[in-house]
Amino acid sequence: MKEYDLVIIGGGPAGLAAAVAARNAGVESILILERDNELGGILNQCIHSGFGLHTFQEELTGPEYAGRFIDQVKQLQIPYKLKTMVLDLAPDKTVTAMNAEDGLFQIHPKAVILAMGCRERPRGALNIPGFRPAGIYTAGTAQRLVNMEGYLPGRNVVILGSGDIGLIMARRMTLEGAKVHVVAELMPYSGGLKRNIVQCLDDFGIPLKLSHTVVDIQGKERVEGITLARVENGKPIPGTEEHYPCDTLLLSCGLIPENELSRSAGVTINPVTNGPAVNESLETSIPGVFAAGNVLHVHDLVDYVSEEAAAAGVHAARYILQGQSPAGNEIPIRCEGGVRYTVPVSIRPQELEADAVVPLRFRVGNVYQNKRIVVYAGETQIFQRKARVLAPGEMETVNLKASVLQEHGDAPEILVKLEDA
Amino acid sequence: MYDVIIIGAGVSGCAIARELSRKKGKILVVERAEDVCCGTSKANSAIVHAGYDAKHGTLMAKLNVQGSRMMPGLAKELDFHYENNGSLVVMMSEEDRPALMALYENGLKNGVEQLQILERDALRAMEPNISDNAVAALYAPTGAIVCPFGLTFALAENAAKNGVQFQFDSEVTDVQKIDGGWKVVTAKGTLETKAVVNAAGVYADKIHNMVSSETMTITPRRGDYFLLDRATQGFVKNTIFQLPGKYGKGVLVAPTVHGNTIVGPTAIDIEDKDGTATTQAGLDDVRSKSGIAVKNLPLRQTITSFAGLRAHEARHEFFIGEIAPGFVDCAAIESPGLSSAPAIGVMVADIVGGILHLEDNPNFDGTRKGILDPKALSPEAHAALIRENPAYGNVICRCETITEGEIVDAIHRTPGARSLDGVKRRTRAGMGRCQGGFCSPRVMEILSRELGIPMDQVTKSGGNSKLIVGTNKDSL
Repeated sequence: MKEYDLVIIGGGPAGLAAAVAARNAGVESILILERDNELGGILNQCIHSGFGLHTFQEELTGPEYAGRFIDQVKQLQIPYKLKTMVLDLAPDKTVTAMNAEDGLFQIHPKAVILAMGCRERPRGALNIPGFRPAGIYTAGTAQRLVNMEGYLPGRNVVILGSGDIGLIMARRMTLEGAKVHVVAELMPYSGGLKRNIVQCLDDFGIPLKLSHTVVDIQGKERVEGITLARVENGKPIPGTEEHYPCDTLLLSCGLIPENELSRSAGVTINPVTNGPAVNESLETSIPGVFAAGNVLHVHDLVDYVSEEAAAAGVHAARYILQGQSPAGNEIPIRCEGGVRYTVPVSIRPQELEADAVVPLRFRVGNVYQNKRIVVYAGETQIFQRKARVLAPGEMETVNLKASVLQEHGDAPEILVKLEDA
Repeated sequence: MYDVIIIGAGVSGCAIARELSRKKGKILVVERAEDVCCGTSKANSAIVHAGYDAKHGTLMAKLNVQGSRMMPGLAKELDFHYENNGSLVVMMSEEDRPALMALYENGLKNGVEQLQILERDALRAMEPNISDNAVAALYAPTGAIVCPFGLTFALAENAAKNGVQFQFDSEVTDVQKIDGGWKVVTAKGTLETKAVVNAAGVYADKIHNMVSSETMTITPRRGDYFLLDRATQGFVKNTIFQLPGKYGKGVLVAPTVHGNTIVGPTAIDIEDKDGTATTQAGLDDVRSKSGIAVKNLPLRQTITSFAGLRAHEARHEFFIGEIAPGFVDCAAIESPGLSSAPAIGVMVADIVGGILHLEDNPNFDGTRKGILDPKALSPEAHAALIRENPAYGNVICRCETITEGEIVDAIHRTPGARSLDGVKRRTRAGMGRCQGGFCSPRVMEILSRELGIPMDQVTKSGGNSKLIVGTNKDSL
């Protein structure tokens, strides 16, 4: 097998943007490995519009958005292999992969970009009691069946979880002729974007029941009904059960970054995101292994995935061209007061170009109103912004200026928190 | 006219079929479900008990110890996953020691080899995740784990190879005495046979009561379980039981042969013989008991929960024997039924052989090759396999790394997979951490293609368990 300087694992939005950026930054030898039949990843089944408002100032569908990047990859003649499964990533960056054409093969690249995306949390991980009949799908699986293959997985639908895919599928199933009876959400707030609640539920008269969950699934062969109950402090309240006859239960209850390969390589994982812990260069604990997109942390908009992945591509290029990771004082980033995690988890200020900006991305753990997002370097406040509403469904970004970070290059830590406005 | 009809294609029925196929004869297994291994055999602890637990002097004790001894050899002959990992019955309080010693003595009487009592330090050295409160344990080095699907499919395939026929979707609705044998009425027509074996699991009482005035009652005893991600591999090495005592009965924590960790079961008597629904109370019960004998159990890594039914009868004893001329019961096969299955097969086949005086089958071949696992090959052999058959390079289930080649193999076996669950239990496609989210549509396509059926006829597990109901906008 031919050797490559940079192997990108995953040909979805993150992998594509990373490849384009790395090539533009001077890496000639790049290979994208994609397990599906075509490039584009999950975008290929996201046939609704709303993608690319930030990146292209246009409202594109998922396949259109992916197409913009696929075109660039093809124009730049970046090689890729489809229907190819990476079986192992070794700590020395040896990539072991397999497909029907090449068989089992290994590549020993100088750098790797992890861009494997995420997967949906299945029913089993949610501990929903009841039978285990046909008709229980994760929203994404149903989306694939409907949008890519034209099959209707059910006619009377209940959706558990108000993640974006669940909301999108509530609308899609309705448009394809199914009746969506209700979307139930365990938490007292939605896990999805506000705009999706409005456009996918409100506009179609589909009720959203917050603080509700599925407490029973009926039907031995095919789903015949489900029981919802109101939840308080994470526990269903007896006596609040409501029965819904239905043939389908869709689950949109969270996404899990897909890091089996990262783990096999020995990359340090952030227990909050379940994605690799990375520094400002999006480099993992293994020098030369970078990560971007939903494998790192679950994003709300693909535009941010592309932006983040392009940065990873540039940093990987620098690593390859310089032959090593720059050494330098690494300041850890800590979060508290409602901020659940940050990406990156550390910054090396002296590595930054003078005019660079470090995007600090994070999510909050609850719905907050009238807060300030505040960043401290040591004791000194280096950033603050008012936030009228903060919700777990929306990713927040704070752009930190290199010049400011460099001023505080010897700070023991950077702290990100919410304070009362 | 058949020589033998075996009712039930669970592990007992398939073990009996395979043993009977050593003889010349026309043998049929009838099964109400769409596949082998769809009842009690599919949802249990996947344990081969050493045999210290069943009360000395019972048939249960005898067959358990025999079955446990036969299992390693059978695993080699029939190529299924079996691992002699050992088992520990952990005592949580010094005042329970008499019970531990009684178990030890019972095991010795049953003929279980190598039993020993481990005190705290030895126990801790063997299992780092054992509870700090554990005092001592009964250690049975002969305890083992097995893939219950693998065992049952292996027995069925080997029986089929030696001439046994299988008929699915054929619930038995009546059994009547006729001249020289029995008439068996099934959902797919009426059959005649010289002998009948009732291996109908939780339904064995119904079948029994069709021919006997001494009525039997089998109570489905539900067991709820959690199955944890393979990332938990190595959490425990042995199967960890908790000695019933001061802190209750507890649940077991065990590795599976595929590297998962299994936790459970509950024991809840129910009415519904198909009542495999888990309940919140059941799952909560497992959760609350799971941390008694071990510490730091990563229940957060649960990938699925499920429930199985044991065929419990009040005497808590296997009921095996000829209850009417040519009608043999193999009933009340609850735990340790899986462990005992090889011995049950031999015992029941002997009884039937004695009734029918069948000649030896000179062409009997007792070996069977399992579905080829490319991961077990050397890199060279693996590469050669993909060159020869590119389907082995096409990964369908990413969590368990199962290829199209393995799935096609599973579908074309006899008896072969006809549903998503049939593929899952034979190959593990869909058995991993995403629970089929990624591979289900792909496996459905392969099933549709290989079986020559439209997509809307592909089922999860036969019957009405259809996976899709139509096409987009077909109702608009």
